[in-house]
Amino acid sequence: MSSVIAIVCFLVLAPFLGGLLDGLDRKISARMQGRIGPPVLQPFYDVRKLFNKQTIVVNKAQTFLMLTYMAVQIFVGVLFFAGSDILMCFFLLSTGATFLVFAGSVTHSPLSTLGTNRELLQMMAYEPAVLLTCLGFYLAPPDHTFSVSELIQTPVSLILYLPGFFVAFVFILTIKMRKSPFDLATAHHAHQEVVKGITTELGAKNFAIYTITEWYEKVFLLAVVALFIVNDNPLSYIAAVIVALAVWFLEILIDNTCARVKWDVLLKVTWVVTLLAAGVNMLILMLVF
Amino acid sequence: MGKVKKSPWVLHYDGASCNGCDIEVLACLTPVYDAERFGIVNTGDPMQADILLLTGGINAQCQEVVKQIYEQMPRPKVVVAIGTCACTGGVFKEAYNILGGADTTVPVDIYVPGCAARPQSIIDGIVKAVALFQQRSDEHDKEKKTGRREEG
Ligand code: SF4
Repeated sequence: MSSVIAIVCFLVLAPFLGGLLDGLDRKISARMQGRIGPPVLQPFYDVRKLFNKQTIVVNKAQTFLMLTYMAVQIFVGVLFFAGSDILMCFFLLSTGATFLVFAGSVTHSPLSTLGTNRELLQMMAYEPAVLLTCLGFYLAPPDHTFSVSELIQTPVSLILYLPGFFVAFVFILTIKMRKSPFDLATAHHAHQEVVKGITTELGAKNFAIYTITEWYEKVFLLAVVALFIVNDNPLSYIAAVIVALAVWFLEILIDNTCARVKWDVLLKVTWVVTLLAAGVNMLILMLVF
Repeated sequence: MGKVKKSPWVLHYDGASCNGCDIEVLACLTPVYDAERFGIVNTGDPMQADILLLTGGINAQCQEVVKQIYEQMPRPKVVVAIGTCACTGGVFKEAYNILGGADTTVPVDIYVPGCAARPQSIIDGIVKAVALFQQRSDEHDKEKKTGRREEG
């Protein structure tokens, strides 16, 4: 029963939460740059407007691909909040991301193609860290399990066993949330050299779908961050929310202080951090427990 | 449906200009003028843009580009010509390759004069464009209901 409530809450509240976080993100970024910034509800105004525009589709398959992308990413969150298998969640997340890659590449626009290639590269960069994080959750004592509903009932917060995994996961979150310095495929900021990268050829409505999917995804990713903190003590949920928000703020700070890097730097840095932080932590876990 | 005027996304194209107006447009987004507080986003993507800002005159080379950008923008849309060059051709008017202002190529709705146009007047022009954008959007919705389509 409680999992049904969690699912419904996720389905209904996640877009509002994601949009609100997005709006606060833009506000905080503006303040960091000495500007006033748009209203906090701006992302909702944007999506409403996008849905109101004329439909232009470059390729008919694109709308289908974008809808599939959205459906899969939402389903990932549903699985997670239902307390299902975390490994399954992340596999599905990557499957969903490939639909975005398809949607970006069906149009044959050079900018979109370049963005798509970079998206694939980003996936290559963050996938090891994601898989290792799942493995970390499994290796953590006491009960070796992938099941989220069991992982939230551990006697102590998992971050105590998995600090390295936490570092690696937060690091790749910068890529997943499309924050500078790792926003190669598409950026939230004005121009970049590939215009809007993978989303360049999305018409207004498809772009709205993309934005809403991003909100769902953001909530899911922050929920995974919270999973590191949650234990069988109800008070830990408050701590988890605070940590998730702190991580979110850290991403904004990184976004506003770092310049975009080239793809080879992205790949090298991410893999080195993943290997050092998550890899070493994994070795310790395997040898000790 | 609803107020779209809260979210005008602009696309900026710099034609045959001295780049003076180009820089003034970007100045509107800096902390001093902060156009984003009106919800304005400077997007580079015509398929997601609402307001087309044109600076500089039109020459034989950029005419096709401007036409294509305009056609790629989904309705409802508004075009703003910024600077004397975009309004009439300006100081380059007599040059052999200049066809004239932006209205030689696409239908211009709002003219912002000045050489270079000051950020204040650019923002003023955009605010007028936003009002027009809302009006067009309302018409667009009506057309969707009645199934009829007019220009705009
Ligand atoms: S109007 Fe003046 S400042 Fe603007 S592009 Fe023309 S010459 Fe340059």
